[in-house]
Amino acid sequence: MSSTDAGQLDTAMKRPPRLLKNLAAKFAAVPMVLIALVIFVGCTIWTIYHSFTRSRLLPAPEKWVGLENYERLWSESRWLISIENLAIYGFFSLILSLSIGFILAALLDRKIRFENTIRTIILYPFALSFVVTGLAWQWILNPQLGLQNVVRNWGWETFTFDPLNNAEIVIYGILIAGIWQGSGFVMVLLLAGMRGIDEDIWKASRVEGIPAWKTYIFIVMPMMRPVFVTAIVIIASGIIKVYDLVVAQTSGGPGIASEVPAKYVIEKMFFSQNLGLGFAASTMMLLSVLIVLIPWAYLEFGGKKNG
Amino acid sequence: MTDQKFSVSVKNLDLRFGSLRVLKDLNLDIHEGEFLVLLGSSGCGKSTLLNCIAGLLDITDGQIFIKGKNVTWAEPSERGIGMVFQSYALYPQMTVEGNMSFGLKNARLPKAEIKERVDRAAEVLQIEPLMKRKPAALSGGQRQRVAIGRALVRDVDVFLFDEPLSNLDAKLRADLRVELKQLHQRIKNTMIYVTHDQVEAMTLADRIAIMKDGLIQQLATPEEIYNRPSNLYVADFIGSPAMNLFKGEIANNTFSLDGLSLSLDGYDFAAPFTGTAWLGIRPEHVAIGENAAAADVQMDVTAEVVDPLGSDTLVLAHVAGERFWLRISGQADTKQGDQIRIGFSARDVSLFDAATEARL
Repeated sequence: MSSTDAGQLDTAMKRPPRLLKNLAAKFAAVPMVLIALVIFVGCTIWTIYHSFTRSRLLPAPEKWVGLENYERLWSESRWLISIENLAIYGFFSLILSLSIGFILAALLDRKIRFENTIRTIILYPFALSFVVTGLAWQWILNPQLGLQNVVRNWGWETFTFDPLNNAEIVIYGILIAGIWQGSGFVMVLLLAGMRGIDEDIWKASRVEGIPAWKTYIFIVMPMMRPVFVTAIVIIASGIIKVYDLVVAQTSGGPGIASEVPAKYVIEKMFFSQNLGLGFAASTMMLLSVLIVLIPWAYLEFGGKKNG
Repeated sequence: MTDQKFSVSVKNLDLRFGSLRVLKDLNLDIHEGEFLVLLGSSGCGKSTLLNCIAGLLDITDGQIFIKGKNVTWAEPSERGIGMVFQSYALYPQMTVEGNMSFGLKNARLPKAEIKERVDRAAEVLQIEPLMKRKPAALSGGQRQRVAIGRALVRDVDVFLFDEPLSNLDAKLRADLRVELKQLHQRIKNTMIYVTHDQVEAMTLADRIAIMKDGLIQQLATPEEIYNRPSNLYVADFIGSPAMNLFKGEIANNTFSLDGLSLSLDGYDFAAPFTGTAWLGIRPEHVAIGENAAAADVQMDVTAEVVDPLGSDTLVLAHVAGERFWLRISGQADTKQGDQIRIGFSARDVSLFDAATEARL
């Protein structure tokens, strides 16, 4: 009897349909969902599709050329130099801004005086746009105006430091500006992570006689893994889209020595009127972003199921 | 040099944070193998004192000796101490074994020695099955056991505990408290233990130091502190419910207040006293029913609130216009509104000078 009673009770009080639950929240999410679908997914697919066509200034979906654009892309020395530059810039930028940021954060973490002032000063470059940073460093690295001239005026007549005029090392000149701008932000991020670490951990390691640098490397850094993942993703996305810094500092020169992929894409699309080739290059960039993103997503979301 | 027989000696310790004086000219001698508990409410300076002994805080003035050696300016790791924290402070990315051996590896001890020490500590604390786990996979009690193990492997003379049981639930706290006591009985090291829990203090301590405002109010055995509190603060702090206190006049060796009159012939005065004083009587020292007949002073009170705790029952009444708690047998059939015959004697009370609050 009791079971049928319960059954009647269930039918009497109908569970509201799932679709109508939290209706306001679902309604509010619609614009964002549309933007994500149309702009991000839709336009990406559109771009990839047109990278297989011979589109010039306007999209021409009927002129299908298969992989021709990609073959042309990978045979062009300008694209190859761009990729090589991005690899050098990316590798050193990631390593250096992380290690410089971490060291600065660790130094600020030692309960020093004027911490807020110093933190603000180091973070200031991040507030500048890349164009301003690029221009400022173009002046600093200019042999006639900047560092080289200053040192020569001090009396060291043969001193030479002109990375922006030397095709061999021009990308390192851009790297300096990139790190100068980016490491302050990494520092602030990592410092916030360090502040989240229990004071007692430090006390315990002091009682055990573990030196501070060892505590940072073996105890604090592993505890800050989520902060590091965030920092790496932010740095990596900044690396792949580097464009304005190069334009402001060297415009890709000398020659094509400091070209980068983002600059290549913009110029093919808007100056050379070769939409198909530009799209092919941006598809390659998307591929490289995915190579960065997929391991991160795996670490961040795949790991939680186990933990 | 200080007396060799003390394991830890604190001499004229002063600690200031700017203009705030946290510890005031504090002296404390702790014997070899003693379990000393620093007890006090929050902000009394007990954890600060422990951090000073550990060397985690630089002191303003005074000296600290451990095993007769002046360690006032020594690094924490050079002081021969092990420390256990309230938040466990385990290294989360290392296994239990890694946590216990990291400090030893860092000190470049031989591998065999490290293994021997870690195994021995794991056996003492019964955490052998957990050695390969990470702290996140352990319960609170297990984590604290690992933290104790990390202190044990250091093979030091003095262990410092900073409220180690405060993050645990009530049952686990009681279990681990007993284990700590057994651990002390077995290894017989000097232990300094900070807590705000008077049950932990009473059960674990050889001696308790009750602190308030950066000063030690009383340093004595738990029995002494319970039976002969040295001042009004200690009397009020120790015991739950707290001691019943009455403010009255002492004249001609008799305490009198509002119709209540108690001859103090049985009281062990430090010096004869006349004037305003506090009289304190613990709820459990009040005689009930026919037992009250032999007491120096007797009266009938009405039970206003009855709190049955199972093992015993607390009753709230009023005596001479003041709230008065008494503890009766848990089996007694007392209801709210019942009349209870109570009595107490001069030998069971504590008296304090109303002006200085010191014991008479």
